Amino acid sequence: MSRGDRWLAWGSGLALAIVLFATSALFGVTLFEGVPRLDLAFFVEAPDASMVGGGIAPALVGTALVTLLMTVAGVPVGVATGIWLAEYAPRAGRFGPRLAVLVRAAVANLAGVPSIVFGLFGLGFFVLFVGRGLDHALAEGAPVWGRPGLLWASLTLAVLTLPVVIVTTEEAIRAVPDSLREAALGVGATRLDTVFRVVLPRAAPGIWTGVVLAIGRGAGEVAPILFTGAANYLPELPNDPRDMFMHLGYHVYALSTQSPDVDASRPTLFATVLVLLALAFLLNLVASVLRSRARRMA
Amino acid sequence: MRVAIVCVVGLLACAGATRRAERHAADTVTLRGSDTMVVLSQKWAQAFRETRPELSVQVSGGGSGVGIAALMNGTTDLAAASRDVEPRELDALRARGGEPIVLRVAVDALAVYVHEDNPLPSLDVASLRALYRGHATHWTDVGGSDASRVVLYGRENSSGTYVYFKEHVLDRFDFAAETQSLPGTAAVIQAVRHDPKGIGYGGYGFAHGVRLVPIAPARGEPAVVPDERTAIDGSYPLARFLYLVLAEVPTGATRDLVTWVLSDEGQAEVEGAGFFPLPPEVRAAERAKLEDAR
Amino acid sequence: MKLGRVRTPWWHRAIERLIALFASSAILAVIAIGVFVFRQAWPLLIDDDALTDQGGLASLFRPRLWPGYDEPLHVWQPVGFPGKLDVIPLVVGTLKITGLTMAIAIPLGVGGAVFLSEVAPRRVREWVKAAVELLAAVPSVVVGFFVLAILAGGVQRAFDLTYRLNAFVAAIGLAFAVVPVVLTITEDALRTVPRELVEASLALGARRWQTTLGVTLPAAMPGIAAAVVLGFGRAIGETMIVLMASGNAPVMGLDPTSSARTLTATIAAELGEVTPGSDHWRVLFLLGALLFVVTFALNELGRWVVLRLRRKLRAEEVAPVSGRARRATATAEVAS
Repeated sequence: MSRGDRWLAWGSGLALAIVLFATSALFGVTLFEGVPRLDLAFFVEAPDASMVGGGIAPALVGTALVTLLMTVAGVPVGVATGIWLAEYAPRAGRFGPRLAVLVRAAVANLAGVPSIVFGLFGLGFFVLFVGRGLDHALAEGAPVWGRPGLLWASLTLAVLTLPVVIVTTEEAIRAVPDSLREAALGVGATRLDTVFRVVLPRAAPGIWTGVVLAIGRGAGEVAPILFTGAANYLPELPNDPRDMFMHLGYHVYALSTQSPDVDASRPTLFATVLVLLALAFLLNLVASVLRSRARRMA
Repeated sequence: MRVAIVCVVGLLACAGATRRAERHAADTVTLRGSDTMVVLSQKWAQAFRETRPELSVQVSGGGSGVGIAALMNGTTDLAAASRDVEPRELDALRARGGEPIVLRVAVDALAVYVHEDNPLPSLDVASLRALYRGHATHWTDVGGSDASRVVLYGRENSSGTYVYFKEHVLDRFDFAAETQSLPGTAAVIQAVRHDPKGIGYGGYGFAHGVRLVPIAPARGEPAVVPDERTAIDGSYPLARFLYLVLAEVPTGATRDLVTWVLSDEGQAEVEGAGFFPLPPEVRAAERAKLEDAR
Repeated sequence: MKLGRVRTPWWHRAIERLIALFASSAILAVIAIGVFVFRQAWPLLIDDDALTDQGGLASLFRPRLWPGYDEPLHVWQPVGFPGKLDVIPLVVGTLKITGLTMAIAIPLGVGGAVFLSEVAPRRVREWVKAAVELLAAVPSVVVGFFVLAILAGGVQRAFDLTYRLNAFVAAIGLAFAVVPVVLTITEDALRTVPRELVEASLALGARRWQTTLGVTLPAAMPGIAAAVVLGFGRAIGETMIVLMASGNAPVMGLDPTSSARTLTATIAAELGEVTPGSDHWRVLFLLGALLFVVTFALNELGRWVVLRLRRKLRAEEVAPVSGRARRATATAEVAS
């Protein structure tokens, strides 16, 4: 190894070491400060009004609900788009490949739209346009639909996470060997049968990777839900898709900027961050397990 | 296949949820607005729920302007405001058809915070103005002994505290561009607590780990420390009322909530949130206002 | 050779139509975002009464002598007497923070990628990549919290800064979000460099480091450029980190140790409060539309570079690498 080689190794290694150190510092500090505050009550109690004591149950449930609704609304559309791109577009005549180019461009750009712009979109489209429109159509006196709520936040997040689902689905379907399709078509299955009975089961781990990644993204995003449904403090759980809700990420933001007594709420804050980080970590882990399974199958 | 099942289950869930939604508005009161009042509102929500478990109160912040704007477009039942409601806003509320009601619900002293080690003895309102307009930039300019630059902390322009400060301290002029805007009073406190050169403003009750600077109404006059007495008798120059605003004569659960807020129990929550309860005569006046508006 | 096919039942055709319909959703979503964000800003551009308090549409970009000031200035104080909506301080703040972020993130991202693809043994690479992926999955509000609660104080003490929250610490925070993007795409780009090229260089007697700096890095340059462009797009659009860490003071000037207010943080902090339909509201949506257009352009640029790279690779018939190139594009597409 020459001196130049050593310089290169040390220099680039240092860059990487800084990144890894920063990552582990973030996790380490959070673990160290957050763990002592964790107990069962933290997970099942509502925060008390001063945001110093109590737990995070409503924020946990709110996050779960918003990501669930988001998944229900977004994943079918994303998976269908992925199926179309991989299975139908190349065979849809002269028109298909051209449309596919457009769709791919749209997906890439959608992935690059800043999350705060999604917030503006959610407010401008879902709350004000769709919601107010519904209120007018149903002739409700006070706005019932045209206000921020769980449903609108979920739909906003569904649009936000669409690209992740689409890209991973398309990748997963493309990884399925053509011989399987040909065999199915050869014995007389229709294209749709082939897709649903042969291709999708094979591609399932890959698709689930996308779903899990989307959930991870949706659970952590705060900017898109600032104006579309998140509430500071709401000890009751939402019992209607139009209710506002508490959210883990938003709760971290509220705790770190609006708590009346920063010292007193510091343990709670760290514990909340820890839960959010653990959630991100866990979803990431599940995604990589699924991905390695997908690789093995392909 | 599994995807199809997920779709169907999802659709059913949505349909079910919409059906359950029928009994929505009547038993929920929404309260939006002032960040200064968020904790107070949350305490009210929690305590009120103990007396009326069948009702629920949704609280969210964003600033006084948010609350009033939400009141205008009907997305909230009550707005919390830490500043006066502007005539323009009252007109916009009237345009909705009802007569808006503005209730004083608590007293707050706007405190000026510095770091605990900052020896600054006191400030008069004019010096405070010079600091926040950027005309005085160093501690020595305002009677301090530290030769370093003053670091200004303030609130976001959505907050009623920002507007109150601009109106009553800055004479309606602008904040210096260098003023750091932080998203909540807690962030201001935290910033000042860690910053020996910092100064900030916010609610009296939030102050932990910072020193409250006595404020003189004018140069040469005695400086006053904010506390319950000086805030209520008006000798502290930066005392103010906190408000709940209604777009029209309240009914049902909303009426129950505001009536309760003005009761002994409601006022008992005020102190825990760092504010001062209304003096008896003001409380009587506000209750009468509510009664008359029936 | 194909045998006679079974007739496709009508409902299969119907479902296929539905799938095709869903597939246009992404296009519709992009259009709808543009339309519905821009729709709220549109009256500013056509309505003569818009922004009359401060002198029409051009006043968004022009300094003015406001009462109480000594000289004409760009001022963003939307709530005031009168409100002042000049977006230049916000653009300056955004560029200041984004520039600093890239100055931190490019060396770390590219350096880390060089280490992974050129130096590290395989096992190390797998672990490190997992860690970087994990970093990418950390919610930005957590990074914002980390900077606000822990990092800012340390940085202030270490460099003896006047402001605890400033553009520099915000940039460090943003680098948390940008480094994974730059690193992942750069690493993929480095690994798409044909082996023959590297081996030829080594065979000609060049040292490992000479090959890396002189052959591999230049060959991967388009991919690295794409990584930088996409990282830049990510930095401009990030909200919560700058909102919590930058101090949010709308100052002009490029001093990295002073505060800065970005476009994204301004929208996040102010939109909740403004009266729908007011000038302030419309200007905030206009800022959103601006962000949308800028990130759209950056994305197209990054994509164009990656696509060209991929086409070049395909033309060279480097069969085993093209799969990786496609993954690089896919990563590039989801990364932001």
